[in-house]
Amino acid sequence: MKALLSFLAVIVLILIATLGVDVANLHFLFGIIIPYLAFVMFVGGFVYRVLKWGRSPVPFRIPTTCGQQKSLPWIKQAKIENPTTNLGVVVRMASEIFFFRSLFRNTKTELRVGADGPKLSYGSAKWLWVGSLVFHWSFLIIIVRHLRFFLEPVPYFVQIADSIDGMLQIGLPPIYLTDLFFLLAVTFLFLRRIVIPQVKYISLAADYFPLFMIMSIAISGMLMRYYYRIDIVAVKELALGLVQLHPVIPVGIGAIFYIHLFLICILFAYFPTSKLMHMGGIFLSPTRNMKNNNRMVRHINPWNPELEYHTYEHYEDEFREKMKKAGIPVEKE
Amino acid sequence: MAKVEKVKTPKPEELSNISYHPPATDWMDTPTEFKPGTYCWGAKEKDLITLGLPNPRQWSPADEDWKVPEGWETTILDGIAERLSKYRSFKVFMDICVRCGACADKCHFYIATGDPKNMPVLRAELLRSVYKKYFTKSGKFLGRLAGARELDMDVLKEWWSYFFQCTECRRCSVFCPYGIDQAEVTIIGRELLNLVGLNIDWISGPAAACYMKGNHLGLEPHAITGNIETMCDDIEEITGIRVNPTFNRKGAEILFVTPSGDFLGEPGIYTCMGYLMLFHELGLDYTWSTYASEGGNFGFFTSNDTAKRLNYKIYAEAKRLGVKYIIGGECGHMWRVLNQYMDTWHGPADFLEVPVSPITGTRFENAKSTKMIHISEFTADLIKHNKLKLDPSRNDHLKVTYHDSCNPSRGMGLLEEPRYIIKSVCNNFYEMPENTIREKTFCCGSGSGLNASENMEQRMRGGFPRANAVRYVQEKHGVNMLANICAVDRAAFPALMDYWCPGVGVTGTTELLANALVMKGEIRRTLDIRLQDLPGKGGNE
Repeated sequence: MKALLSFLAVIVLILIATLGVDVANLHFLFGIIIPYLAFVMFVGGFVYRVLKWGRSPVPFRIPTTCGQQKSLPWIKQAKIENPTTNLGVVVRMASEIFFFRSLFRNTKTELRVGADGPKLSYGSAKWLWVGSLVFHWSFLIIIVRHLRFFLEPVPYFVQIADSIDGMLQIGLPPIYLTDLFFLLAVTFLFLRRIVIPQVKYISLAADYFPLFMIMSIAISGMLMRYYYRIDIVAVKELALGLVQLHPVIPVGIGAIFYIHLFLICILFAYFPTSKLMHMGGIFLSPTRNMKNNNRMVRHINPWNPELEYHTYEHYEDEFREKMKKAGIPVEKE
Repeated sequence: MAKVEKVKTPKPEELSNISYHPPATDWMDTPTEFKPGTYCWGAKEKDLITLGLPNPRQWSPADEDWKVPEGWETTILDGIAERLSKYRSFKVFMDICVRCGACADKCHFYIATGDPKNMPVLRAELLRSVYKKYFTKSGKFLGRLAGARELDMDVLKEWWSYFFQCTECRRCSVFCPYGIDQAEVTIIGRELLNLVGLNIDWISGPAAACYMKGNHLGLEPHAITGNIETMCDDIEEITGIRVNPTFNRKGAEILFVTPSGDFLGEPGIYTCMGYLMLFHELGLDYTWSTYASEGGNFGFFTSNDTAKRLNYKIYAEAKRLGVKYIIGGECGHMWRVLNQYMDTWHGPADFLEVPVSPITGTRFENAKSTKMIHISEFTADLIKHNKLKLDPSRNDHLKVTYHDSCNPSRGMGLLEEPRYIIKSVCNNFYEMPENTIREKTFCCGSGSGLNASENMEQRMRGGFPRANAVRYVQEKHGVNMLANICAVDRAAFPALMDYWCPGVGVTGTTELLANALVMKGEIRRTLDIRLQDLPGKGGNE
């Protein structure tokens, strides 16, 4: 039901773009105004969210330690999983951000109840890690490839990414590897959400919606490249115009392009209000980005409260006679 | 007021019959079930008064009416707003979860109940849904589509149920790709519940006792000295040596603080006897305190303020007595608090000195600010420098495995020190499977103040994954002793072992050490620390 609603929402968005361009001829709106709006909402929303997070202090230093602490010199410290230096934290964070270190730990718990009682076992479960890694890296490379529409001359690294990605040379234009990987990965991420009962149970419409959006963006993009073969030169003219703040609407770009663009715009505008902000949030996660040097360097809590305490004097006043009888020294005889 | 029934705990065969298939209804439409045996009694009026906490009254979770004050919704929502502005962790964790589900089967309570609301992701969602409704635009406008829902009494009861079914063990945060820590969410969730007077008796009782008397058990000064005297008598019987500890002594070099669980009840007292023997053998210039007689901190399961108020005594007493530094005993959450909170709350500890072992001269640079070291750090250093005469064969009748307590593992990283000690004092040591130890260790199921007796069924469930790993080494290697460094473990494990893997005993690490410790001038040992015959040592076998 939640998945269906999200799917319908995406269909409606596609219809809006199709009708808007093909029937109402609102090319200016869909090609220029909405992209600018979406860009502003994305950048503004993203910055707003991060600043909002940043406004709240980190009162305690609470890293989740995943290895041996630094203590005695002859005990080997896990310098990355339990870092005490900035370098250690940077490497730990980089391994999370680029390689999804924690997800790599994933296991699958199984319960078997046999004649000799229940037995739990923990098998390796790397599929989620593989799927997510392929998904995110493909996404990144695809975005880098798209820079060739926005930049003139096309930077060298974009050309390199392009040629490696297209190295299979199947068909004309060559099929990008990342297109295939991306579609496979996003399909996998969707399927696990509806096939694994537990994951289905925790999934919200807000989990399906971005998946369908991303899937539709990928499919519309691939249709443009491999099937409809739209006018690339015109698309680049539009993209460069947007970047150079001299927006123009070239003639002859098909509706499929506007669908692609509109979905991207909606995704960008939606991004800062959604769970997609995990992209920014991971950098601020206190269990990962802090050193475990708690006992070496005092951490300051800006709102450390003044409180009332039960002092030793209170305590001795209550128990003085009992303490004396038990031979415990007291302050006041 | 309805009294919560004490019910018979189902048999292991019944408890291990777990269905992982989620219910047919959406979790927002699935009512919370309050089944006797799975939840704790409500906090008592007198304890909330002692602690100055809101809404003291007699109430029972078994009643329909929980007697929360008029306008409680505003109190909770204001409480959320305040905590969002105080804790970046809370704000970020509310916003960035993608519900990938990697945390789900990492929680011992989910593994053992199959209840989806015990998946860390959904436990967080219980609070996140309310956050979304009142604090985000998408939740305000899209409502349920965005995973948002209204705050009402059923939601509040659901929070109470599930935030007191989380032991704040942080295992989920090891596996979360963003490090979302359910312990942090539970801590804040419990703070919110405390704003309207919803705690459990097993937490607020010990916290109140600790506030007034210095320790969770409520032992008055003469009871502490009396108990320790009795232990000294036993030590004399075992070793022929009279140990003479001092209390509240000014001018001692070191203050020793341990969880009060070590003062009373088996097997905690054996660990305590271990400390006494070790310190005597070293001739350590140290003192106990009857005022700072609690290392643990049940305030930590109440609110940040209560935790800070209880923790105050440790530095205050160190300052009053004029010691140079502090050694802390074996305890789990105690060390999360000491390692990650104490210095921030009550530092800088400029009245203390950087800990230096008087025996080996080792300077504990890792504690140069907090000035408090763990007994395992201290002891491992002694053994490494050959300062202790040890006879590990005295532990030959034991086949030992080691349980990493959640907090020292995931909130500190104290992994090798206790292992080094155990391997030095025992000849038979076996690790449990890799996915169940070190940073992936499983909770005893009774942490964070849930080691009451009325929720025994839930405790046996929560401890199932841990016990199952113990049973694995029991069957494979004949393991008969579960070592640990935590007072809650020592209190909770005996029942858990009897339930899931009978025949496995429970011991503190320092007890094992004391058993192997050859003391100067001791009589020939025929008894172990439990005053039982030492097999193969000429006792009356």
